[in-house]
Amino acid sequence: MSHVIEARGLTKKYGDLTAVDGIDFSIRAGECYGFLGPNGAGKTSTVKMIHCFAPVTAGELRVFGLDVREHPREIKTRIGVCQQEDTLDPDFSVHKNLLVFARYFGIAAREAEIRAQELLEFMGLWERRKDGIRQLSGGLKRRLVIARALINRPDLLILDEPTTGLDPQSRHQVWDRVRSLRKQGKTILLTTHYMDEAQTLCDRLVIMDHGKILIEGPPADLVRSRVGKDVIEIWGYPPALVERARQNGWNFETDSDRLFIYTDAGDEVFSAIHGQYPMERCTVRTAGLEDLFLKLTGRELRE
Amino acid sequence: MRSLVGNISLRSLRVWQRNRDVYFVTWKTNLVPPLLEPILYLLAFGAGIGALVKEVRYEGAPIGYTAFIAPGLLATQVMFQSFFENTYNTFVRMYYQRTFDAIVTTPLTLEDVMAGELLWGASKGTIGCTIMMAAISAFGLIRYPEALVIVPFSFLAGLFFAGLALCFTGLVPQIDVFNFPIFLFVMPMFLFSGTFFPLEVLPVWAQRLAWALPLTHVTRVMREACLGRLPADLGWDLLYIVLATAPVNLLGIHLMRKRLVK
Repeated sequence: MSHVIEARGLTKKYGDLTAVDGIDFSIRAGECYGFLGPNGAGKTSTVKMIHCFAPVTAGELRVFGLDVREHPREIKTRIGVCQQEDTLDPDFSVHKNLLVFARYFGIAAREAEIRAQELLEFMGLWERRKDGIRQLSGGLKRRLVIARALINRPDLLILDEPTTGLDPQSRHQVWDRVRSLRKQGKTILLTTHYMDEAQTLCDRLVIMDHGKILIEGPPADLVRSRVGKDVIEIWGYPPALVERARQNGWNFETDSDRLFIYTDAGDEVFSAIHGQYPMERCTVRTAGLEDLFLKLTGRELRE
Repeated sequence: MRSLVGNISLRSLRVWQRNRDVYFVTWKTNLVPPLLEPILYLLAFGAGIGALVKEVRYEGAPIGYTAFIAPGLLATQVMFQSFFENTYNTFVRMYYQRTFDAIVTTPLTLEDVMAGELLWGASKGTIGCTIMMAAISAFGLIRYPEALVIVPFSFLAGLFFAGLALCFTGLVPQIDVFNFPIFLFVMPMFLFSGTFFPLEVLPVWAQRLAWALPLTHVTRVMREACLGRLPADLGWDLLYIVLATAPVNLLGIHLMRKRLVK
C-alpha cells in the first residue's frame, strides 16, 4: 500500500449542487496534506466522504487501500477526526469525554485511562481534566477535540479547520501540537482557509475552489512557480503604471486601490518604478501562499 | 431495509452507555420527578376526585379509584419518559450538541447510534416506571410478585414510544414542532386510554377507537399485573405492542438516516 488516501474522479453532489467535482489526489504516509480553499470550496464534503459519512456520488475513494463504500467500519477504526463544530459532550468532564470516546472504539477501560492521561498531558490539558466543558475556552476545547481524535492512535488524523475562530495564541498552540504530531510521523489531512496555517504545517497541499482542485504541490514550490519570488505592492497606483506593466509583460493584478506586480527580480522592478510615478506607498516583499491563493481564486467577496 | 438492519451492531450499546453515564451525572434532576409525580397524582385524584368517586366498575367488579388509576400512572410514565427522551433529548443531542456527528466518526454506524438511542429511550421508560412503582407500592396499591412483570414489559412498551418519538425527530424542522405530535398523539392517549376512567363508560364507537391506541393495551397489561392477575388474553395486548414496535423503530431509524445523511 503506497498511499493512505487515493481519490480518482471523486464527486459529491447534493441535489443539483456539485460540491466536489471529480477531484484526484493521493496522500502519502507520514505527510501533512492540506486542503486550502474559501468557504464552500468542497473541503468539508471531501473530508466527510473520507470518514465514510457522506456517500460518494461518483468516482473512487480508497483509504488505507480500502474502498470507503465497502469498509467504513475498518476505515473509521484507524482514523481520527477533529471536526469544525464543537462536538464535545457538555455533560462530561474533560477526562470523561476521552474515556467515553475510547469506548466507541472498543478500547478497554484501563487502556483508555492510560491513553487519556497521555493525551491530556500531550495537549496541555492534564491540569484541567476535571473541568466541565462549559468552563473551557475555545482554544482548550479545540485541543481537547484533537486529543479525542487521537484516542484510537489513528494512522490518519483529519483536522477540519482546526483553528477557525481561535485567538492568535491558541492558534499557535494548536500549530505547535500539530507540528509535533507530524514529527512523530503521523499522517495528517488538514483543511483550512488560513494561508499561514497551510504554509507552516503542510508538506503538500491543494487549493480548491468551486469543488475543483486548482493546483497541487509543496506550498513553497507552488508560490515560486506560479507567482514568483517577490511581490511589489503599490497603494494608490496611477493608470500609467498599469499601462507600463502591461507593455512590459509583467505578471500583475489590481484590486480597488492596490497594484500587485509578481516577479523574480523584485528589487530591479522596484527601483525601475519607485519615484517615477505618483503613488501613496510602494513595498517589496517575498511572495506567499496568500498571493497564489488570491491569484487563483480571485479577490471578490464570498458568501 | 436490509442494509438498515445490517448496519446495526452490538456497538450500539456504547451509545446506550454514553446516555446512561450522562443520566448518572445529572441523576438528581432525573430521579425526583418520577418519584414525586405519582404522589401528587395520587393525592389529587385519590384524595380529591377519589372523595367524589370512591370506586369504579372495572371488568364487572368494583375497584377503589386510586387502585384503578395507579397502573394508568405507570403506563403514562413509560410513554412520557420514552417519548420525551427520543424527541426533545435526541433532538438536543443531534442538533445542539452535535453528539452524533462525533460518534459517527468512530466505528459506529448511524444505525448503531440510533439503535442505541432507542434502547436508551426504552430504558428511560423502564427506569421511570420502576421508580414510580416503588413510590406507589408504599400506598399498598400493587400486588407482588405478579406486578414484577411490569418491569420487563415497560421496556417493550418504552421501545414502542421511543420508536414513535424517533419518527417525529426524523421529521420535525425545529424543536418547537414537537408540540404537534404531543398534542395530537400523546395527550389523547394520556387521557383516553383507560388511564383515568374505565373505557366501559364510553359509547361503543369511542371504546373501539380507544382500543386502537397503543397506550390502552399498555395500561391494561399494567392494571391486570397490579391487581395480581395475569389472564391469558393479555397475550393479545402484548402481540399488539410487539407488532406496533418493530415498524415504528425501523421507520424511526430510516427517517433519521434520511435526515442526517446527505
